[in-house]
Amino acid sequence: MFEISPTEWTAILLSLRVASIATLVATPLGIAVAWLLARRDFWGKSAVDALIHLPLVLPPVVTGYLLLLTFGRRGLVGEWLADHLGIVFAFRWTGAALACGVMSFPLLVRPIRLSIEAVDRKLEQAASTLGAAPWHVFMSVTLPLALPGVLAGMVLGFAKAIGEFGATITFVSNIPGETQTISSAIYALISTPDGDPAALRLVIVSIVIAMSALIASEWFARRATQRLHGN
Amino acid sequence: MLRVDVSKQLGDFKLEAAFESEGRVTGLFGSSGAGKTSLINMIAGLLRPDRGNIVIDDEVLDDTASRVHVPAHRRRIGYVFQDIRLFPHLDVRENLDYGRRMNGLTEDSLRRKRVTELLDIGALLDRRPGKLSGGERQRVALGRALLAQPRLLLLDEPLGSLDEERKEEILPYLVRLRDEAGIPMVYVSHDAAELRQLATQIVMLKRGQVTVFGGVKVLTGTP
Repeated sequence: MFEISPTEWTAILLSLRVASIATLVATPLGIAVAWLLARRDFWGKSAVDALIHLPLVLPPVVTGYLLLLTFGRRGLVGEWLADHLGIVFAFRWTGAALACGVMSFPLLVRPIRLSIEAVDRKLEQAASTLGAAPWHVFMSVTLPLALPGVLAGMVLGFAKAIGEFGATITFVSNIPGETQTISSAIYALISTPDGDPAALRLVIVSIVIAMSALIASEWFARRATQRLHGN
Repeated sequence: MLRVDVSKQLGDFKLEAAFESEGRVTGLFGSSGAGKTSLINMIAGLLRPDRGNIVIDDEVLDDTASRVHVPAHRRRIGYVFQDIRLFPHLDVRENLDYGRRMNGLTEDSLRRKRVTELLDIGALLDRRPGKLSGGERQRVALGRALLAQPRLLLLDEPLGSLDEERKEEILPYLVRLRDEAGIPMVYVSHDAAELRQLATQIVMLKRGQVTVFGGVKVLTGTP
């Protein structure tokens, strides 16, 4: 009953890989967007804000279908990427990572944005009077002080990416070893006769992963807060 | 030499100030709300004047007519804030070293030693700002500004956030700074007694206008 089969291992490792890559690629972008939303006023800012939050409120199947239309082999962007850069998303694990990244992006951006907004701009001013150019101010003052939020966003994004199902299965289907993550494996197993024990094992694994992520984020946040408050 | 001739509309308040100072310590005197902080924020480059110019030693830092505005980080003007603003995530040593790193200056242990001795902060180097007293923090902030090697030092009520006892603790350091560091300073205060001790020239500011400019004796009769 508690023996995890090789197929299940494949799904678990694939999920971890997809969610890690999605989080790592989305984080720098998420920080940039969070900074823009927190610190800059520009035309169309609320539209950008709404666009980022769209995956949170749209049916995941719609997001997945839109991804398919855009990044599919014959999609607007997908075709160009495949022809010019050799990057293919459709029915590959990379597509699963893209879907997870898009779906978890709003959850990633929000804590980062809040923590950047909470950084005292007076400290940034002080840094500039000490000769720090804007980019250096960001790297040496804003980002380190916003670090707890960045870590919280990463963990939240990762947890969401691990659990993502609807957009992923719509965009890249459910191919064992390529796009079958824990969620889609569970979905396949519970619609198979005698699949319940395996499904349960995967359920337990996903609970363990989610709990570990939350505990890790708490731990990081506590350490970071200690650092910031000068202890 | 510092030459300022600026105007700036801030809500209902209009700041219109012009003065020229050769003094070692230019005291900017006025009650709160007179526009002192806005004025030195403009000198620092943190605030852009609507009209006018700011010149230090023949270098134009602001000139609205020719659209010159040198950003704060290229002005080499040190700023000691009333609310201190040490970086909480860096220890004292890293705070002190920040300006040198950002300006790409070579390490100068002699200078660092001189400044830490002048301000008596050698024993604090490994501490975080959160573990310092108010007076210690303000001394570290002074050292941090000095070690960026500014050509002008702005001090905005550096004693303002301290109680009487702490003021007495910091004042001698400021006098030493004036006499030993060789950097011209603009010292903002609403306390005439403080300025009598420190300033060599006085710019008096009232409701956004310069009312008096001259030697320290112009403070006679003010509280």
